[in-house]
Amino acid sequence: MAELSLSISDLHAFYGDSHVLHGVTLDVPAGEVVTIVGRNGAGKTTTLRSIMGMIEKRTGSITISGQNVIASPPEKIARLGVAYVPEERGIYATLDVTENLMLPRKVNDSGMTLEKIYELFPNLHARRNSQGTRLSGGEQQMLAIGRVLRTGASLFLLDEPTEGLAPVIVQQIGKAIELMKAQGHTILLVEQNFRFAAKITDRHYVMERGRVIDMIPRADVEKRAGQIQQYLGI
Amino acid sequence: MSTQVLFGQLLVGLINGSFYALLALGFAIIFGLLGIINIAQGTFYMIGAFGGWMLLNYFGLGYWWGLLLAPLIAGIVGMALEKTLISRMYKLDHIYGLLLTYGLMMFIMGTFIYFFQTAPRPYPVPPELQGGYNLGFMFLPKYRAWVVLVSLTFCLGTWFVIEKTSVGRNLRAATENPMLTRAFGINVPALLTFGFGIGVALAGLGGVLAGPIYSVSPIMGGDLVIVVFAIVVVGGMQSILGAVITGLSLGVLEGLTKVFYAQGANMVIFVIMFIVLMVKPAGLFGQEK
Amino acid sequence: MTTSTSTTDTKISAPPVRGTDYAWYAAGLLVLLIVPFFIYPLFAAKVLCYCLFACAFNLLLGTSGLLSFGHAAFFGSAAYICGHALKEWGLPFELAAILGTLTAASLGLVVGVVSIRRQGLYFAMVTLALAQMIYFMAFQMPFTHAEDGLTAVPRGKILGLFDLNNLYVLYYTAAAVFVIGYALIVRITNSTFGQVLKAIRENQPRMISLGYSVNNYKLVVFILSAALSGLAGATKTMVVQLASTVDVHWATSGDVTLMALLGGVGTLFGPVVGGVIVESLQFYLADSGLPIQAVIGAIFVVCILLFRHGIIGEYQRLRGKH
Ligand SMILES: Nc1ncnc2c1ncn2[C@@H]1O[C@H](COP(=O)(O)OP(=O)(O)OP(=O)(O)O)[C@@H](O)[C@H]1O
Ligand SMILES: [Mg+2]
Repeated sequence: MAELSLSISDLHAFYGDSHVLHGVTLDVPAGEVVTIVGRNGAGKTTTLRSIMGMIEKRTGSITISGQNVIASPPEKIARLGVAYVPEERGIYATLDVTENLMLPRKVNDSGMTLEKIYELFPNLHARRNSQGTRLSGGEQQMLAIGRVLRTGASLFLLDEPTEGLAPVIVQQIGKAIELMKAQGHTILLVEQNFRFAAKITDRHYVMERGRVIDMIPRADVEKRAGQIQQYLGI
Repeated sequence: MSTQVLFGQLLVGLINGSFYALLALGFAIIFGLLGIINIAQGTFYMIGAFGGWMLLNYFGLGYWWGLLLAPLIAGIVGMALEKTLISRMYKLDHIYGLLLTYGLMMFIMGTFIYFFQTAPRPYPVPPELQGGYNLGFMFLPKYRAWVVLVSLTFCLGTWFVIEKTSVGRNLRAATENPMLTRAFGINVPALLTFGFGIGVALAGLGGVLAGPIYSVSPIMGGDLVIVVFAIVVVGGMQSILGAVITGLSLGVLEGLTKVFYAQGANMVIFVIMFIVLMVKPAGLFGQEK
Repeated sequence: MTTSTSTTDTKISAPPVRGTDYAWYAAGLLVLLIVPFFIYPLFAAKVLCYCLFACAFNLLLGTSGLLSFGHAAFFGSAAYICGHALKEWGLPFELAAILGTLTAASLGLVVGVVSIRRQGLYFAMVTLALAQMIYFMAFQMPFTHAEDGLTAVPRGKILGLFDLNNLYVLYYTAAAVFVIGYALIVRITNSTFGQVLKAIRENQPRMISLGYSVNNYKLVVFILSAALSGLAGATKTMVVQLASTVDVHWATSGDVTLMALLGGVGTLFGPVVGGVIVESLQFYLADSGLPIQAVIGAIFVVCILLFRHGIIGEYQRLRGKH
């Protein structure tokens, strides 16, 4: 399956009457890792949810490899080969670990097998019959990431995959993302952990109050470190 | 009192319990998945029974065809209603779903009464299931044993499908977090239609099974649905297993009450509900939320 | 899934009540006064009873957002008690009506205590199931006469002076009851109590954190609504001289819900309009050979699909827009 590219322009999104995204424009070329950074409430999660079709009221254009999906329902978008790891992890309590892993619909056969995923995350294998939400936070995050490796998707939307995790587990998650990148997949990452993201990211977008206010290519990261810190309010 | 009477009423209770279980199970599936209180659940029971009766009287298709086709008819009618009308309610305040199914129930029931009047119409027991077994302490008509058997099989089958198969896994996921489940490529709207169809088909199955015992009439499901409500409240609104177990046991309890305190038989289920609400508001098998 | 779904319709919302529409009230009173000269007074009196019932039902739904699907229990139990008091005890209507109202109120207390902690759909189901208990009791109790009901209930005299068998006396008595009930409902809705209820409905957690005992507020309005439904039921028994299982059947709960919905939930006057329409439909369709139940069901469905805010509600929305 060809790698997917993503292009967003003038995206507006609303929760009921409140207008949250005010014309977001960004590009994720095929095979690249792009990271969105920004303070809490900037609209990062909302951007990912809009791409996934999970925000009902949205306007503008979102194209995935040339196809405009602004009006498509989530299941159509997923079937194009887009996989989503939500910020809140979204582990199902009524499904056990294996069922959680098997839930996302396969789009092709290029994904990992269940065995491979368990090899990558041995913790999950040990807990494979447990109820999904009985896992620890870190295990749940592994599950959330492991879950999208099976489908054969080639565009990954990852929302703060390292949030609140111990360094060892962050490393393990980092390994999984590097693996995706090595396979040439396209990744749109939302990450507060700038050091973690910088290692693998090709370009950074900075969001503030529902807008993209800057784009920093990999090459400029060191040069503009001070500015980045200011953006993030560190 | 004779054991004859006791066991006779126990059997009646078990039969009623089987119908309660089928209807309550369907109701709980629909409620969990769609967030809709399907007050028309009894109407689909009636549609199932009439489906069997019409197949026999208009098309000459006997009981076995009825048993196969009538639940399908109920399910298809249900899916059509879900697609065209009920699905419009999901984004609204939940009570509109209840009111819509109430309106549908009145419309369907009123139309049937208009064409068929309320007098019960006989629907014969198939020749293969006539007669019965003498168990010594009581006489067990074959057909009644059959009803209990079929109901239990379908209740357990439904439970198995939901708990152990991939369709059931998708259903559970859609119940728990519909939007995220869609983001995993699962066509949840179609699943909701399907779930509604299954829920009402179970009621339809109950209807055909009931035909030979209670005869067929447009008003047959009218008050039944309220009993089903009480059962589901006692069992715990979304609990599949709770609906089945509560349905059966309250049916039996109702039968026993008939033996010991006949006046209270109609009310015993509601009294139980009252008590359960006071003691464990989430229901016996439900989780407080 | 679409880009343009409006979410303004998602909650049943009560528009602000204008307490100053005295011109409207005066006009309403005038209409009430002249109605019996144009419409058969007995029918008009009966319609007023159902209108009051609908308003009482809506007092609960409109202020607290709680949909009770068991209000027939209150309407019907008061109908029985009032009928019994008139027929067997020979009490005057005033006392019989008060007895009926008190019965409904105490029943409201019991049902309310059990159901009030449940929210939304659970509340609707629980009230419906509890009401069904009352329905079965109506078959069991000796004084209700099961299927036959209480028939040929004597009307007696009002204030000990005027014979209620005179249709005009009958009508104006019913009208007086309606006016008293309606005025009470307006008063309750506009009171601080009513405002607190609305605030609870809009943001329950906030009101809890402000220290309001939310459930008590809901319980009180539930009892008030039950009592006024009882007043309507009691008056109805006197008017039509009959109390039967129909009064406690859940179809009656459904009818009253339709009345409120059709006229406009959360509007003060909507249920009156809905009551007039539904009762007139039932009356005029009765001899038409059309299946009344199916027609009413269809109206219900159309109403929910096309104009959820009801006649008065939609009217207010239109006026509010321009
Ligand atoms: N369900 C919702 N309803 C209403 N407003 C919401 C909702 N979810 C988010 N918002 C608002 O939208 C804005 C953007 O939220 P979003 O979750 O996209 O931020 P974020 O950048 O992901 O923040 P964080 O870093 O904290 O995860 C915030 O102001 C938030 O308050
Ligand atoms: Mg976020």
